[in-house]
Order: sequence, then structure tokens, then C-alpha cells
Amino acid sequence: MNQSADEKSAGAPEAPEALNAQETERFNALVLPHLDSAFNLAKWLLRHRSDAEDVAQEAMLRAYRFFRTFHGGDARAWLLQIVRNTCFTWMEKNRPPEPVAEFNEELHLPNSITPEALAIAGNNRERLTRALETLPPRSREVLVLRELEECSYKEISAITSMPIGTVMSALSRARHQLQLALVNPAREEAAREL
Amino acid sequence: MSCELSRSTVHGYLDGELDAVRAAEFERHLEQCPECVTALETQESLRSSLRRAQLYEKAPALLRQKVIAAISPAPPIPISTARRTGSLTIQRTVAAQMLAVAAVLLLLLYAGLRFLPGVGEKNNQPALAAQIVDAHLRSLEPGHLTDVLSTDQHTVKPWFDGKLDFAPPVQDFSSDGFPLAGGRLDVVGGRTVAALVYGRRKHFINIFIWPANGADSSPRAGSQQGIHWVTWQKGGMAFWAVSDVAPTDLDELQRLLSR
Repeated sequence: MNQSADEKSAGAPEAPEALNAQETERFNALVLPHLDSAFNLAKWLLRHRSDAEDVAQEAMLRAYRFFRTFHGGDARAWLLQIVRNTCFTWMEKNRPPEPVAEFNEELHLPNSITPEALAIAGNNRERLTRALETLPPRSREVLVLRELEECSYKEISAITSMPIGTVMSALSRARHQLQLALVNPAREEAAREL
Repeated sequence: MSCELSRSTVHGYLDGELDAVRAAEFERHLEQCPECVTALETQESLRSSLRRAQLYEKAPALLRQKVIAAISPAPPIPISTARRTGSLTIQRTVAAQMLAVAAVLLLLLYAGLRFLPGVGEKNNQPALAAQIVDAHLRSLEPGHLTDVLSTDQHTVKPWFDGKLDFAPPVQDFSSDGFPLAGGRLDVVGGRTVAALVYGRRKHFINIFIWPANGADSSPRAGSQQGIHWVTWQKGGMAFWAVSDVAPTDLDELQRLLSR
């Protein structure tokens, strides 16, 4: 995705000149239809609706201003890259840093956790939402991109700037974390209390 | 208990990201690795839970409207569009980005209107009404509605000082259902006038005010292109209230302003 607006240019404060009518039309046709994707990613990354609305709007306007750096290809991935960069910049500014290593990677699921038990826990939408929200942002990100946006590994790599070879292991780790959070919500909530 | 593949390849297989050769290899592996079979079942169960829960968050309609309003091109737009954008709450940030566009519009407008008859003249009310309606529609374009964005009359009133050779009356009527949204300078018939903006539910009402000779007059109303207006004169000022709200709402605001 070398045609993408990278983190640096997307964050530049000065606004390039406005698009002409033809360019605006092209933006409306290619990028605007992905507003749902933009909001969905922002909502899951930021977890709060009003923050997500603000940041998704900011990202859309940023995409508009930098539309000339989009030279074709996957418009959704291009937009989502701007959205996630805007989200992470926003979080750095407005939120205390979230613990990075809050999960023990070597922690295995208890043997009592069968696919059936997991299915029962997963049937509770609220519990699933809470579990997803307790994950570190970068794990939430890959899960939302894969499971909700149904992005390919290649797209996830383009959006997150993660090498394509590590997308699979990032997903493996995120899913493992989600299972732990799902079958053992009390533990996660206790950890957040500390 | 620790097949490497259960933590890696299972995911690539689940996500359909393995090429045909590796997928076939993994399927052969599954036949003799119960651990990977369980891992795959677990992941499939997790995935179907996520799908069933319908966690996708669609963009709220208001966000869509805000974004569209912020990026719509500046030149004159059809009334239907103007009225749609008029129902939006235009954000301060958007207003800032559109300020440049608004400035250019104002300049063009000013140049255009220099050649039109002055506003003080008699017998040109239809032409004036058309200009007022145009000014109202123009104001609804993104970033053009208010120069001073405040619901506080004590902020809006001083803002006009030094920008005009008269002091428009500024009052907030929030308790009557007409909250003050802000003010700006506008140009009507070649002269700079004060424009006050009031909200009415999700619509905006522009009040154009400028000094006028003559006695107080009772309100006269009309409409054009679905936009209603009421005009009256009071205390040496001409008032034009214009909006797409119901005429009865305009009448009510007219009464409040004339109190």
C-alpha cells in the first residue's frame, strides 16, 4: 500500500487545497461509502460512541484533504489506515496508556473450557462485547478488521502497517486473549480494578 | 499438548489464507492431531459467536450528514440540498475548515451585489425578498452560518461592535424555543447587515437587521421557493426573518423580537 497516506502525511497540520468538484465526486464515490467501516473501527478502538463519532469525522475529513495521495487500489483499506492512525493518535493524546502486556501469552486455557462452554459464553452479546473491549487496542484492531470487516491478511497488513507474515500470529494471540476474557470475565474485571 | 500448528496454522486455515498446498497438508495433519481439531472447533465456535452477536457498529445518520456537509462543494447548490444541509448542526471544526470557502463566497457576493439597487429604496420589495431568501440559503452552506458561534447574547452583541455602524438588538429566546445560535455579517442589497441565527428544532432562522428610516411598520409575510419570510420595521431598524420553518414559527419569533 505504498500509495496510502502514511502516518506522517495524514497527521500533517497544514491542509492542502480543497478538492475540485470532480475530485469531490470521486471521493464521494470511492471513500464515502466506507463511512460505516470507519465508524465501526473507531467505535471498537475507542469504545465510546461520542469519541468514535468525533474521531471518525476527523478521519473522514483528513481522508478528504489527503485524497490526492490516493492513487487507486483498495479505498477501504486506505481509509481505514487513516482511521486507525487518527484513533491511535487521539488515544495517545487523550487517554492514559493502556497496559501493553496485560496478558500472559503462555497462559493456556483451562482444560475445562470446551468449545461448547465457549459457545455458551459467546452467546451472551453483552459478555462478548465486554470481553472484546478488555483486549489491548492492537488485539481489538486485528479482530475487528478480520471478524467484523472481513479483511484479508493482506488488507490487515496494509491498514495496520504490520508485516503480512505476522498478521496470522497477531490474530492467533488476539483470539486467545478473547477466549480468556470470555470464559473468565471476573478475572479481567478484577485486573482492570487494580 | 502443544502442537505448534494449533497456535498458528489453524488460524490461517480458518481464515482461508493458506494456499491450496498448505491447506491440503494441514487437512492431512488434522486427521492425526486431536489438539488441532479441538483448536479449529474452538475457533469456529468463537467466530460464529462473533457473527451471531452482530457487533458491527454502523455510522450514525448524523455523522454521515456532518461529513457530507463538510465536504460538499461550495458553489451555489440547489435548494433541496441547501435545505437538507440546513438541518444540520454545523460543528465548530467544520466551520473553521470552511471559513476560507465562505470568505471567497462573500467576496463574490459582494462584488455581485454592488450593482444591485440599494436596500433602502421603496418598491423593490420583491427583489429584496429574493435577495434575503438567497442570503438565507447561502448561509446554510457549511461554515457559512455563523461567524460568532455562541448561544450567549452577551457574546454575540459585542461581537458586532466595530464591525457595523449600528448596534443590532441581540436577545436569546431559548426559553421560548428559539435558542440563539450565533451571528455573522452578511451583505444584502450592497450593504453590510447584521444576521442573527436562531435555532428552531433542527432548523435555522436568519434575522437580517439594518438601520432604516421611517416609522415602525406591522409585519408583512411572504414565501419564495418554500422559504418563508416576515419583514417589519421597528425602532429605526428593518428586520427580515427568513427560514424554512412553518410560517407560524416565524410569526412567533417576530412577536418575541418586537416585544
